[in-house]
Amino acid sequence: MASRTVTCTINGSKKEYVIDVRSSLSDMLRGKGGLDSVKHGCDVGECGACTVLIDGQPFNSCIYLAVWAEGKTILTLEGLSDKKGTISDIQQAFIDEGAVQCGFCTPGFIMASIPIITKEEPASRDEIRKQVAGNLCRCTGYDKIINAIEKTQHKRIEEKMAK
Amino acid sequence: MYNFKNLYEPTSVLEALKLRKEHPEALVLAGGSDILIKIREGKLAGCDLISIYALDELRGICLEDDGSLLIRPLASFTDVTMHPLIKKYIPVLGEAVEQIGGPQIRNIGTIGGNICNGVTSADSAATFKAYDAVLEIASLDGTRILPYAEFNIKPGLVDLQPGEILTGIRIPQTSWENTYGCFIKYAMRRAMDIATLSCSANVRLTKDKKKIERLRIAYSVAAPTPIRSHTAEKSANDHVINEELLNKVAEGALADVMPRTSWRASKEFRLHLVEELSRRATRKAIERAGGKING
Ligand code: FES
Ligand code: FES
Repeated sequence: MASRTVTCTINGSKKEYVIDVRSSLSDMLRGKGGLDSVKHGCDVGECGACTVLIDGQPFNSCIYLAVWAEGKTILTLEGLSDKKGTISDIQQAFIDEGAVQCGFCTPGFIMASIPIITKEEPASRDEIRKQVAGNLCRCTGYDKIINAIEKTQHKRIEEKMAK
Repeated sequence: MYNFKNLYEPTSVLEALKLRKEHPEALVLAGGSDILIKIREGKLAGCDLISIYALDELRGICLEDDGSLLIRPLASFTDVTMHPLIKKYIPVLGEAVEQIGGPQIRNIGTIGGNICNGVTSADSAATFKAYDAVLEIASLDGTRILPYAEFNIKPGLVDLQPGEILTGIRIPQTSWENTYGCFIKYAMRRAMDIATLSCSANVRLTKDKKKIERLRIAYSVAAPTPIRSHTAEKSANDHVINEELLNKVAEGALADVMPRTSWRASKEFRLHLVEELSRRATRKAIERAGGKING
């Protein structure tokens, strides 16, 4: 089968992988990058468990050809913690709010929520729901997930104001 | 790993057209939110693909010298919703595609793919029909212009010949100028769902805002392909704005649509939706245009 070299930036470092052209981005991130936060859930764009940011926007990596990643900047959940491995505020908020049960959906929800927690103006709960409408959770009932996202965005806005 | 055979990756539209000619059986892959899923399901397993997704010359939205709004086919649903020109001239299109899937799907799904796969439920289709969009279709022999009204042949089949690629969707100035629209999607869920039925209406009112100068109205899932109701439009044009007008629009629409029963909904329920959504969308479009029902 045809293979190709793909060069892109993943979680801040330049990577070059030789891949089978039939790979999805999720195949490449897990298989070549060892980034297991990227889940193989439905694999057809329904559940959001494979969500990563590509040039800052959330995409389902299961329905994104790995070859399309050429030259792109990709962020996965692993890229959120700092160099020492300390987790980020949004991850901590998910833990504190009880928004994690089995945890399978969690990386996808967190990545999908990034555009909203990095915004200047606060988003309403309805807007948060809309932002994560492409993510499914079989355990938590969603409310706690919305709480965690809401809490983090408030915290970040307050921190900015304090500066 | 996807189960497809060959992947061709042109780096220009010209190269893509050459590949289309050399490999007429290969499918054109835009964002892939339709084709890649069908490959996963096994329906298209083993196919050949020509990926045009990386062709940035097919992205973007602009206003042409002749006043038409040109949307390139690889503009994503998010691009369309967020674009200032869309917000200014045809916001109803942005509202329509904002109801597709979830954010991730709206980032990858393209406006061209939405109309080229030819399904009756395409969320942008009713609005493009109602704004009388015009398509630019390129091949090695040149570019032909085709009214979107003539594009859909039957479910899943559009007038794209071997060797051709959709390169632009135009909304002529005569369509958007001074018009106000409303799109309503009826679905079982508020996100990640396919329309049970949807309606897109737009109106231009007379100067005194007492009469309809022109109504255009179209539907998704009300027939085997997206359909515009000329009967509804005719009965509305030049009509004073009142409740009777809304009834006539609904009646006219019922005369033109041909919905069927599917697992999503029965034919009877769809007919009911046609009637009700026609009224609601027309009413809202009139209000947006500054008109008052029975005012
Ligand atoms: S695994 Fe990608 S959306 Fe479900
Ligand atoms: S925590 Fe189990 S699926 Fe969400």
